[in-house]
Formats: sequence, structure tokens, C-alpha cells
Amino acid sequence: MKDLKTLIARRKFLDLLFAIVGLLALMVGVFTLLALIIDLALDGMSRLSLSFFFSYPSRFPEEAGILSAWVGTILVMFVTATTAVPLGIASGIYLEEYAPKNWFTDIIEINIANLAGVPSIIYGLMALGLFVYKLHLGQSVLTAGLTLGLLILPIVIMATREAIRAIPTSIREAAYAVGATQWQTVQDHVLPYSLGGILTGVIIGLSRAIGESAPLLTIGALTFIAFLPDPPLQTHFPFFSFEWLLSPFTVLPIQMFNWVSRPQAAFHLNAAAAGLVLLVMTLTMNGVAIYVRYLFRKRIQW
Amino acid sequence: MVKAEAKNLSFYYGSVQALKNITLPILEHRVTALIGPSGCGKSTYLRCFNRMHDLYPYKHYEGEIILHPEGINIISPEVDPIEIRMRVSMVFQKPNPFPKSIYENVAYGLRVRGITKRRLVDENVEKALTEAALWEEAKDRLNDLAFNLSGGQQQRLCIARALATNPEILLFDEPTSALDPIATARIEELIHELKNRVTILIVTHNMQQAARVSDQTAFLYLGELIEYGETKTLFTNPKEKRTEDYITGRFG
Repeated sequence: MKDLKTLIARRKFLDLLFAIVGLLALMVGVFTLLALIIDLALDGMSRLSLSFFFSYPSRFPEEAGILSAWVGTILVMFVTATTAVPLGIASGIYLEEYAPKNWFTDIIEINIANLAGVPSIIYGLMALGLFVYKLHLGQSVLTAGLTLGLLILPIVIMATREAIRAIPTSIREAAYAVGATQWQTVQDHVLPYSLGGILTGVIIGLSRAIGESAPLLTIGALTFIAFLPDPPLQTHFPFFSFEWLLSPFTVLPIQMFNWVSRPQAAFHLNAAAAGLVLLVMTLTMNGVAIYVRYLFRKRIQW
Repeated sequence: MVKAEAKNLSFYYGSVQALKNITLPILEHRVTALIGPSGCGKSTYLRCFNRMHDLYPYKHYEGEIILHPEGINIISPEVDPIEIRMRVSMVFQKPNPFPKSIYENVAYGLRVRGITKRRLVDENVEKALTEAALWEEAKDRLNDLAFNLSGGQQQRLCIARALATNPEILLFDEPTSALDPIATARIEELIHELKNRVTILIVTHNMQQAARVSDQTAFLYLGELIEYGETKTLFTNPKEKRTEDYITGRFG
């Protein structure tokens, strides 16, 4: 009887030991990240002011701001979303609902999974060759948006497919059984029920794109932009304009990169502040993604 | 009167033959039960009647299923499966309502057909829910999510959804296997009432259920039709040894 007790005690000790090791392992990651964020906040906080948001970059660190960078980020993200989202969702739906299952679609599937893992700078090189040199789109908002769109396309496609796959076959069969066509089934059931998962994937993709700098440097994004692109809405006829698409641009990560590479320490504070803004943007997007997922999960249970 | 009849029907999943040369009439306004052990092909047979198999690759039909009075062959590649599904409805094993309101679930078959007139849809929804014995329970909560209903109510909702479009044949694929005895009894009662209006084909695992609800019974075993006849005769006086063994619980 005593043997049994010592045996249990020894095994319980192993339990405790692993719990401690696991906790320590977790702490390494969490504390490092926390330290990074706090350090960034301490450095950058002092520079965060209204004028920082509404000033162009400058030779003088205390006058420099991120106006052109955040406007650029928003415009590029807009182009990225309007291209990658419809293309990605349509591809995902086609692959899951329409495509025949054969070796050809298998190859496409494997390639999409691989594309999601391709280093972003490769996309930059491809974009430089295709959008800048071949299609003469210039080093513009359009080129940048399309490049990042391609970058997140596999993410959107895979998120769409996974969300669609989560819909039970019985629901599809129910729709077909009352005489729905394939498109009616997709439009009335598959798409609405998978929208939560799709949107989550889209936002995660966009929050990856927002932090990218390598592919944009490759296509030749400028690091010093002291003007804003032509506004899309105009006061005179026809009230909108697409000039901004072809305008040169900068984005937050590139602005940061530029400031970090300067020798003056004051610019490093600017970089930290810009980093803080970027971090808040990304975390907000992820937060929205989690909320959207929660919202749709709540309504639909299988 | 024969509503539909399978003639030398064979069905293959890839190279596996799931149905072997089945010839079986389905009588109009009667309940025909399909019984047999798991894997005998009874669900496969049922799903030929609304071309459900067409949704999946690597399948292959042989022979014919004639739908009367026109005499069209349900499984012919020239016949549009969507047209068939508009005339032959189905209720599945597990209740599978759409994650929409009770009303929208029943109305969906009408929406698919492009019927949008509010009054017409309302009328049909009420009629179908009444026929499915769900109207009294559901009339005050038509806009509630269908998932808020109990399992038995959900299955009756699925029956209402199948009835809303006035089908000629109604297929039931083990409709009570996920339900408790009380909900099962209500569905059986319902099937009994519905046969005045629609021809019913039901797959069931439960032999007592087959005996209770059906007029005709077919016993399938390993993809073959072993015996077919009046339910009473088949259960009290089976001609085949294998039928007798199965209904007395010696195998299956």
C-alpha cells in the first residue's frame, strides 16, 4: 500500500515539473514580446501628438510626421482588399464547390498552399518585373496594392476554403433536395454561412499585408514623400478621380525603415512612434477578426 | 396504381456495385418501406429517386426508374436532376434545417422556384407547417431560428420544407433514427396521414416501424432485392428464408 502511494507521489511530481517547465516556456515568449512593446511605447509615446499624425516627413526629427505614410497605408490596403478579396473568395468557392476533384485541381491546391509560404520579397521581385516593367504601372499605389493583393491571395483562398468546408454536407444536400441549383446553394447557404470564417481570414490577410515592407521596397516605394496623392473625391465634375492610383507613395513600415536607418537618435524615436501606430492598427484588425468570428459563431451552430 | 418503378436498377460507387438489378414498383398513395441490415443498399436505392448521387463523383447508374404518369426515366442523363428534385422531395436521417428562421426554412423551396409574392409564400408556409403538424407550435415564433426547435420539431420542420413545394413523391431516409420515442411516434403518425396526399418511400432500420407505417415492404440484402410484398404478408408469412431470418432477428 505504501509503495502505491510513493509511486503516485512520484508521478504527481512529474506532473508538477512539466507544469512549471511549460509555464516558463510560455513566459519566455510572452515577456519578450511584452518587453518589446513596452520599450516601443516608452520610446514612441513622447512623439505621439496630433501634429505627428498630420505632418509630412522632414529633415528635422521633431517636425517630421507620418501623414503621407498612414494615408499611403490606407490607400494601398484599399487596393489590396478590393483586388484580393473578390478574387480570393471566388477562387475558394470554385475550388470547393465547383471544381472536379482530379489531378489538375490537386496540383492547384498544393500550389496555393505553397504560395502562402513564399517569402514576400519574391512577390516584390515578381511585381517589379510584371507591374512596373511590363505593364508600366509605375512605382505607384496601384502597383503596391496589387503586389500585396497577390501576397495575401493564397491566405484569402485558403480561409475561404476552410470556412466552406466547415459547412456540413447535410446542409448542402438539404438545399439541393428542394431543387436548388449549384449557384442558388452557394448564394443562399454556402456563402452566408461561411462569411464569418471568410471575413476572419480576409482581415488576418490584410493585417499581414499592412506590416509588409520588403516587397514594397523591391518595387521601389519612395521613403520620402512630402505630399498626398490626388484625393479620390473631387469638388468638381465628375467628383471622383483615380489619379491617386498612379501616385508615388510611402507606407508606415517603409517610413519606419527610413527613420531607423538615420544616424540621429531623435529619428529613432519617430520610428518607435510610427511602430506603435502600426502595432495598434494591426492589433485592432485582429481584434475585429476575433469579434467577427464570435458574432457569426454565436448565430450558427451545427 | 404505380407511381414509379425501378427496372433492372444497378448502381455503382466507383467499381463497387451497391445495387444489383433491382426491379421494384412504388405504389401511388402508399407507404413503401425499405428494410435490411446496414450497408444493404436501401439508402443508396432511395437516393437514386432524387438523383442525390449526382452531387458526388465516381458514381454510375444502370437500368431505369420510370416516373409515372409521363413515363420519364428519372436516372437518365438527359433528365435534369433539378427537375426531378422539384417533383421528388426528401427528408434526411438527421434533422438538417438551414440556420435561418422557421419561416425561411419552409419558404426556401418556393424561393428557389422564384415565388416571391408575400401572400402566396405565407399561404404555402402555413399549409406546409399544418400538414407537418407543426403549425400550432410554430405559428407564434415563425421568425425564430430553426435551431431553437427541439429535435423532433426540427424534423417536422424538414418535412414541412419538403412538403411546401407539393412533391409527388416524398423520400424518408431513416427519419426517426436521431429522435426519441415520443418524437418518433409523432413522425410515424404524420407519415400515416401524409400518404393520402403524396407517395412515400421510407428507409428504416426499425422493423417495428416498417410494420407500423408501411403498406408495402421491400427487403434488401447485399444490394439485392430479396423480397417485396404487402407489409402484413411479408412480416407474417415471408416467402424467403433470409427475410424470415432478418425479421426474426437472426441476423442484421
